[in-house]
Amino acid sequence: MQEKELKIEKIRNGTVIDHIPSGMALKVLKILNIDENIKTTVSIGIHVMSKKSGFKDIVKIEDRYLASKEIAKIALIAPNATVNKIKDYEVVEKYNVVPPSEIAGIVKCSNPACVTNANEPVVPEFYVISTDPIRIKCKYCEREMEREDIIQHII
Amino acid sequence: MLKGKDITTIRDLSKKEIFEIFEVAKEMVPIAKGKSIDLLRGKILATLFFEPSTRTRFSFETAMHRLGGDVISFADPKTTSISKGETLADTIRIVDSYSDVIVIRHSYEGAAKLASKFADHPVINAGDGAGQHPTQTLLDLFTIWSNLGKIENLNIGLLGDLKYGRTVHSLALALADFGANLYMISPKGLEMPEHITREINEKIKIKKSENLLSVIGDLDVLYVTRIQKERFPDINEYLKIAGSYRIDLSILEKAKKDLIILHPLPRIDEISPEVDYTPHAKYFEQAFNGVPVRMAILSMVMGVR
Ligand SMILES: Nc1ncnc2c1ncn2[C@@H]1O[C@H](COP(=O)(O)OP(=O)(O)OP(=O)(O)O)[C@@H](O)[C@H]1O
Ligand SMILES: [Mg+2]
Ligand SMILES: [Zn+2]
Repeated sequence: MQEKELKIEKIRNGTVIDHIPSGMALKVLKILNIDENIKTTVSIGIHVMSKKSGFKDIVKIEDRYLASKEIAKIALIAPNATVNKIKDYEVVEKYNVVPPSEIAGIVKCSNPACVTNANEPVVPEFYVISTDPIRIKCKYCEREMEREDIIQHII
Repeated sequence: MLKGKDITTIRDLSKKEIFEIFEVAKEMVPIAKGKSIDLLRGKILATLFFEPSTRTRFSFETAMHRLGGDVISFADPKTTSISKGETLADTIRIVDSYSDVIVIRHSYEGAAKLASKFADHPVINAGDGAGQHPTQTLLDLFTIWSNLGKIENLNIGLLGDLKYGRTVHSLALALADFGANLYMISPKGLEMPEHITREINEKIKIKKSENLLSVIGDLDVLYVTRIQKERFPDINEYLKIAGSYRIDLSILEKAKKDLIILHPLPRIDEISPEVDYTPHAKYFEQAFNGVPVRMAILSMVMGVR
């Protein structure tokens, strides 16, 4: 790793989510339920020059490691992201994200006539029917949604 | 075994289960014609039609009565607690506690699926908005099967507005599953949507045509749907299209002797009344078949067949 690439201070322990499509970092935070109640430091790089391809976003979360379920959710909007586990300033594990086979309560159905958009006591649920490109299908109304639609409907 | 099963989409049923339904429906035909029996005596069907319906509702209720069961329903959804702001989920929980099986039609897509989550008893979808209507698909398939003895390898033409009618979408998918050869005959702009043809193409080849005359001689089944005026900005365009898709005796001169014609009804003028008196016309039988098919489904999900 080139030290000069690091615009943000190094973290001792925590998680670096790298290679997020440019502009999607805030959505990633949303998917991870990182909001104003956060207790640890989170640094966000938006539109950072990437060595591999154009620009990217990057998120660094101190003192938190992600569960495999959380890592899977990231794949819905950032299919090429990598999740790096940092211990004592070093990357000790690196994962490619893989979408889950089903999701619940993360994305709203884009069909306005869907029963999950009415005032009913259910969370929207989807089958992931294709991963590359990502495609999900509402378990209720069977509407299919693609990446752009998914991004716009993250709860 | 369909006992206890919800039927919210045709995909809830395997091919084997669909054939089982056909066999039972066949036995139900004479009973549906008037020889009522006691198979469902003491059972209660709740019909929740939040959207208007005549054929579907009548045929479910007739089916239940012919089998000796009882029916509860509301006359007008505007007078129900839902209109007072109760959730569908709560309505279902309560009606479920009063009955043995629920049939629901609702404007929300996925409403039957939701109902099935909150009901312990089986839920049957009688149409959810522009969504699924699986018992219609089953009676369409049954009418083909009972007339022609099979579905596989038949040449089946779907005619008219293939874009907006979701029931014709689920029918097309089901026919593809059964290995029929599909001919899609629709005017420009009203073709079957891409996501459906993509799924069908994974199973079978589709023939597309704008012209009925050029394919009618190939067909074993012609399934006619309504072309709605509202789909055309120009009334003359509509009249021209509607005219060229109208089924009359002269176009039937080119048809196979055994061709059967189906239509989900109501028809407006897609099929000329003179066709009603030909052996091709099976649409009234198709509407009647709603009763034995729904008798089969009701008795099977309640575990008495
Ligand atoms: N201690 C740390 N604190 C903050 N960020 C770190 C730390 N260690 C590594 N990173 C960042 O984590 C990401 C992955 O680090 P790594 O050393 O694996 O880089 P790499 O070889 O470029 O990996 P990749 O092939 O995934 O891009 C990089 O963006 C790097 O800047
Ligand atoms: Mg790198
Ligand atoms: Zn939906």
